[in-house]
Amino acid sequence: MARSNPKIERAHIALVVNGERTEVAFAPHKTLLEVLREDLGLTGTKHGCELGECGTCTVLLDGQPVLSCLVLGLACEGRSVKTVEGMARGPELHPLQRAFADLGAAQCGYCTPGFLLAAEALLAEHPKPARQEIKDALAGNLCRCTGYLKIYEAVELAAAWMRGESAAPPEETLYGR
Amino acid sequence: MGGRSEGRRVIGRALRKIDAAAKVTGATKFADDLVLPRMLYAKLLRSPHPHARIMRIDTSRAESLDGVAAVLTGKDVPTPFGILPVSQDEHALAPDRVRFVGDPVAAVAAVTEDIATAALDLIHVEYQPLQAIASAEDALKHPEPRIHDYGDTGNLHKLVHLEFGDVEEGFQEADLVREDLLFYEGSTHLPMEQHAALAEWAPDGKITVWSATQTPHYVHRALAKVLDLPASRIRVIACPNGGGFGGKSDPFNHEIVVAKLAMITGRPVKITLTREEVFYCHRGRHPTLMWVKTGVKRDGSITAMHFKSLLDGGGYGSYGVASTYYTGALQTVTYQIPRYKFQGARAFTNKPPCGPKRGHGTPQPRYALEVHLDKIAEQLGLDPAQLRLRHLVPPYTLTANYLRVGSMGLGPCIQKVVEGSDWKDKHKKLPYGRGVGLACSSYLSGAGLPIYWNNMPHSGVQLKLDRGGGVTVFCGSTEIGQGSDSVLAYVTAEVLGLDPLDIRVVTADTDLTPVDLGSYSSRVTLMTGNAALQAAERARDILATHVAAKLAIPAPHVAFADGRVFDTADPETGMSFAEAVQTAEAAVGTVGTVGSYTPPQSAGRYRGAGVGPSPAYSYSAAVAEVEVDPETGIVTVPCIWIAHDVGQCINAAAVMGQVEGSIYMGLGEALMEEMSYRENRNVVHKIPSMLEYKSPTTLEMCDVVTYLIEDPDPNGPFGAKEVGQGPLLPVAPAIANAVYDAVGVRIDEIPITPEKVLRAIKGRGKGEAGRVGPTRFPDIPWPEPIRVPPPWEGGDGRAKDSQREPAGALRTRVGDR
Repeated sequence: MARSNPKIERAHIALVVNGERTEVAFAPHKTLLEVLREDLGLTGTKHGCELGECGTCTVLLDGQPVLSCLVLGLACEGRSVKTVEGMARGPELHPLQRAFADLGAAQCGYCTPGFLLAAEALLAEHPKPARQEIKDALAGNLCRCTGYLKIYEAVELAAAWMRGESAAPPEETLYGR
Repeated sequence: MGGRSEGRRVIGRALRKIDAAAKVTGATKFADDLVLPRMLYAKLLRSPHPHARIMRIDTSRAESLDGVAAVLTGKDVPTPFGILPVSQDEHALAPDRVRFVGDPVAAVAAVTEDIATAALDLIHVEYQPLQAIASAEDALKHPEPRIHDYGDTGNLHKLVHLEFGDVEEGFQEADLVREDLLFYEGSTHLPMEQHAALAEWAPDGKITVWSATQTPHYVHRALAKVLDLPASRIRVIACPNGGGFGGKSDPFNHEIVVAKLAMITGRPVKITLTREEVFYCHRGRHPTLMWVKTGVKRDGSITAMHFKSLLDGGGYGSYGVASTYYTGALQTVTYQIPRYKFQGARAFTNKPPCGPKRGHGTPQPRYALEVHLDKIAEQLGLDPAQLRLRHLVPPYTLTANYLRVGSMGLGPCIQKVVEGSDWKDKHKKLPYGRGVGLACSSYLSGAGLPIYWNNMPHSGVQLKLDRGGGVTVFCGSTEIGQGSDSVLAYVTAEVLGLDPLDIRVVTADTDLTPVDLGSYSSRVTLMTGNAALQAAERARDILATHVAAKLAIPAPHVAFADGRVFDTADPETGMSFAEAVQTAEAAVGTVGTVGSYTPPQSAGRYRGAGVGPSPAYSYSAAVAEVEVDPETGIVTVPCIWIAHDVGQCINAAAVMGQVEGSIYMGLGEALMEEMSYRENRNVVHKIPSMLEYKSPTTLEMCDVVTYLIEDPDPNGPFGAKEVGQGPLLPVAPAIANAVYDAVGVRIDEIPITPEKVLRAIKGRGKGEAGRVGPTRFPDIPWPEPIRVPPPWEGGDGRAKDSQREPAGALRTRVGDR
């Protein structure tokens, strides 16, 4: 334990996280995932592989879904990051969060933040997506609990709510046939 | 249609789970989300050899790296452990031998993860490689070098031979005797959350371990043993698991290592495994070779069945003894089998250990059995659905191997999927390239016996009633996404007439909560549900007594609903729930109750009878429709119809989620998932990543049409049975049978990959059998059978000879090797 200290070297950037201007210092090799979880304390963003394979760490970077494990923190200088912590408005859940909760689209909940943000990006561009468009948009996110079906149904339900429709899930979705 | 049963306000309804809001906001704290001041980070050095002796370990350079707080090797944690009392064969760090690529040999704690990783490179380990055993067949061929110095013989860990009646006599009575060989490849759980654990040592000599574990009680026991501390000084808290599926059911190296490192350094220590390391932890599906021989009458009734299995266990015991028995236990609970013989063998091999994955030891034999029956039906010219419907096990009977079947809704399940899928218009009637297949299954609602022998309850619940009207449920059960926390709240809320959101649930904390054995064997809803039911009913009785006295009405008239306690004869007369608690508290003092659950005693008394009994069995039937491209062999599954007999839904939406998730996981196993190793190149895992280990994405997932059958079982809380594992079981055989219906080839080997399908189609074109699958079952030195006459031959559950056993397989050799 008697060696000289490694050189202290931290990057310092300013960015917007969930609508708030934020400054953060971190080791320059850190990924956005690590900066969010370890330096900003935003542990809502999860990791499943840290290799860009599972979609679990999806966040929105300037509105576009990205795998935060593949983005360097340094690359986010001056940019806008949205994580799951930024979805609810005060105490009010985002319609996607409400629908995921109502239908049981979150089981263990570990992949859920990534799915929510990927779905939010989809609905920003396609307010009324076809089932196949939902599948395509979420094809990069793995979920081992749900078989994805409740997730599709939740995205469709939330989309309807966001369009101002008073939709409810079909009975067989919740009770079977 | 599921469960909005009369008079119930919570049970059966599709409600939000009580932790749903936390899950969708990212607020749920998983193990790796926890951070403590002064926390160190741990990393494990893992073996690059599949089988080797450790000659020397030099950690001096790692220890002198700035930022390293401690380095551990096997000598620091010498006590063996393991989930089963009969297989205490693991070490937190290998003391003298490594048994698979990835077996941990040393551990580092450092101030950052980067420094810990760098320190691993500075540890020098000298290995003397030993011959590696790459497969179960390899283990049979090479009894030496032995991977372990215990086990039944050579590299065979466990040999089982059970006989219930004279199967040869049964085969002679049969009109048709058929034999089949099938193979089911190993697959892994692949939970989205990597395993993680955090340990904190307090100066008062107590240690707390937070972990992503499905079984905090067993981790507690393993830590006490290896750390040589009284269990009372150890607190294990299971964080909500980010998916488990059986992969977090063993006590693991890393949990013990962080605890030891915390003790040595006096600082909190956290470890989070990489995805690659999760593949090395494994404990997933055993690759299993199976041979099945069945005699049937012309009407399809079974006269006898003989089943053999050979399991590739990997480098350690894990749950493997139980897994081996499970490959032979549940064949008997679906269709009537008057005589039954089972031989099972588990081999040690130099690969990550196999253990319990969703369905634990039963998807493999279920696949074999249901494909085998499909072939029998064709040979007899019978419809596969009719063949099964005619010979169902009657409810409330004993099977040949002394499993006690309770409610049994398989008949309605088959009828539902046959009608829903238009089976009669599709089977054998779709154009070439399209087909349908049917399969059925059954699963436990909890193992009837504990993992270590004891006669205490399997699940305990404490209720605390607050004078403010709140109720807190304390239970050792572990939330892994299946909704176990919610089940506790629903059961309590139903009995006490409360909203589930008025119930606070504290779970999976060995300091605070009574023991529940863990989230495995689909035991939680039934067992914790019953424990919560008992505790809640006791609380209701206390409140009812004192409210009745205050209102001057008979106690049986007191009702609980909508947060009120009132007179059923005059609902306006009553009080709020909070006032009811206050009334009782004023009369008798602090109000709290306990409840517990112990499964009924099982009927079998032979050695091995401990695996298979359950308080209740769930039933499933599935029809799969497939499209097979004869040019590429690619199988796509547009839809699966599934009916599941869940006894009674506690939360219909949660039940739907478990059914759909099971179908998904079964689909992955059927078509693509496989743990594969380079046999000739160091038995190294080919694909320890989520990209290369293929699992279904949204683009492969099929549509699912679900029918929930509710045939309440008297042993279940409100009649509930399991749903988390059973619906996975019929998926693979239904798809295999559908592929045959589509293109006339038999893929007797899971997964059904395009390469195999194409090979079979081409073979058939050349006049060959049109089959891909194993061709022989090797010779195995089986022990003499344990002969147990079935109930209808006058048996009493005991073996004929002196191999009598009081109850259960796993209690037979309790203790360390």
